[in-house]
Amino acid sequence: MQVAADISSKQSLHLYYQMVLIRRFEEHAIELFGKGLITGSTHPCISQEAVAVGACSTLAPGDLVLATYRGHGIALAMNCDPGRIMAELITRTTGCCQGRGGSMHLCEVDKGFLGTNAIVAAHIPIAGGVALSCKLRKNGKVVLCFFGDGASCEGEFFETLNMSSLWKIPLVLICENNGYAISVPTKLSQCTPDIADRAKGFGIPGVIVDGNDPLAVQRATAEAITRARAGDGPTLIEAKTVRWERHSAFSAGRYDNPEEAQRWKKVDPIPKFRKYLLHHGAGPDELAGEENSAKQAVDEGVKFALASPVAGPESLYEGTFA
Amino acid sequence: MSSITMREAINAALREEMRSQPNMVLLGQDIGAYGGTFGVYRGLYEEFGPDRVRDGPLCESSTVGFGIGLAITGMRCVVEIEFMDFLTVAMDQIVNQAAKLHYFTGSQLSVPLVLRTPIVSRLGMGPQHSQSLEAWFMHIPGLRLVLPSNAHDAKGLMKTALRESNPVIFIENAKLYGTKAEVPEGDYAIPFGKANVLRRGTDVTLVAISGAVPEALAAAEELAGAGVSVEVVDPRTLNPLDTDTLAASLRKTHRMTITHDGYRTAGVAAEISQRMIEEAFDYLDAPILRVTGMDVPVPSGPLHSAVVPSRLKLVEAIQSLLR
Repeated sequence: MQVAADISSKQSLHLYYQMVLIRRFEEHAIELFGKGLITGSTHPCISQEAVAVGACSTLAPGDLVLATYRGHGIALAMNCDPGRIMAELITRTTGCCQGRGGSMHLCEVDKGFLGTNAIVAAHIPIAGGVALSCKLRKNGKVVLCFFGDGASCEGEFFETLNMSSLWKIPLVLICENNGYAISVPTKLSQCTPDIADRAKGFGIPGVIVDGNDPLAVQRATAEAITRARAGDGPTLIEAKTVRWERHSAFSAGRYDNPEEAQRWKKVDPIPKFRKYLLHHGAGPDELAGEENSAKQAVDEGVKFALASPVAGPESLYEGTFA
Repeated sequence: MSSITMREAINAALREEMRSQPNMVLLGQDIGAYGGTFGVYRGLYEEFGPDRVRDGPLCESSTVGFGIGLAITGMRCVVEIEFMDFLTVAMDQIVNQAAKLHYFTGSQLSVPLVLRTPIVSRLGMGPQHSQSLEAWFMHIPGLRLVLPSNAHDAKGLMKTALRESNPVIFIENAKLYGTKAEVPEGDYAIPFGKANVLRRGTDVTLVAISGAVPEALAAAEELAGAGVSVEVVDPRTLNPLDTDTLAASLRKTHRMTITHDGYRTAGVAAEISQRMIEEAFDYLDAPILRVTGMDVPVPSGPLHSAVVPSRLKLVEAIQSLLR
């Protein structure tokens, strides 16, 4: 499935639906964390919805996705069931990973979602191996790998850029640059302003895109996927976005400043896309309908999750070995 | 049956499985035309080509990561890490990824990855090329841990490793690569978790692992001349560990010494000793002794041989048990 730049209004409405779905889902996740139902922590992707939704909309059946612990939105953009994802966040047996993984370890193989990972950048070479597998099996599939600006400082990011370019594997690397690695702003962690520049040194395209615009992300990803499917190798996409919320619900520190908060609110991708859709012929009722459907799907998912059982200690050893 | 070296036996296992499993891939550095740092891959590149015998850049961590990516998508991957010391560079991929993906995905993903690596404890290559770090991996749930001590076991255990659905750390002592044993031609598999009694005895059980096995057998032979009957048992796999066979031997002999090249503190011998205490404490007539690598970085040059267990150290330890 190739998505043209000017996608149909129906597809655009679905993107909007997914963005609202993710926002509502994450709001619930924060609330459940506050109630003590999510143990440890949870890492909301509020304000980054456009990247997940735009990029995943370009995939064909059988394509594969790997992401980081800030990956609830990507799971939902891969059409994973909100109830099963929320059940995983609160570690119930009905969760997508039977409650074994929790908020940072989501996975639904049947949806092509090979999971989120809680070690920064570790999934990047794994995604490379998945892409190499696709190439060796000649199955025509491509792999999207999402990660943050923090991961772009890890060695495995550079190692995988080298190996994936060397072997011309069908991999699309999408850096969600939200400006912060926990509390450290990119100006204190990156030697150049643009992470996409790294691509030059590895002989692959590096593309910068507005990460708050789902259609821009969609266009850039579609191009990269075309290139990957044609056997021309990987692309590095840097989607510049923002993160309003703290690193995780658990994080104690403060690092925002009022000036930046104002800027962030201005680029909230959801009202921005809403405005765009209204301008391009969508009716307010249509959009309200999508918003209601998204809210309903999340409400039902939360209800399902809360009603699901917690695994007992008798099953603890299950799954240690296959 | 033919008498072949451990190097040739591992090569044969890999070659036979590469022929029967078209989805199997070898990854590593210097494994192509070069044939592997210790020559284990000789001829495989020529037979199977660069796609399946894939020489790659020198980055242990991402090489293991790529191997995991292949494994979770239905391919079988063998990654070679040239020296066991270099596994330290890939620890995250081994410990946090390969060992845990099956568990935390609710059994959706499996990692049929074999990570081959040599211990080079007995060649005097210095502190960064001589370590036996098997205890690190025995400590981690989710990893199979295999240490053959001869050509026969190496082929049969590699066959099992290549049919496993779990990550396997397959550790080969480089000193043993050239040692020969009678090895059946064609297919045979040795199950994990079955210790091998290499020599029957009645006075002392000597548990020996990997590169320490030849020293253990030599010590048993020497002690036999002095009228001491030593039973030498090779666990062959440390996860799973065949506690039953070890405990049965201890119940018979009432004395045990454990030997391996790895460091002493928090080493494999400590774990085995504790399991024996839990299983067969009442049968012990003497403390369980450890004859292990010393708690020092392994020096370069001839002095390395003073650090690892030797026939002499084992004979002295066992004699002290019988006094």
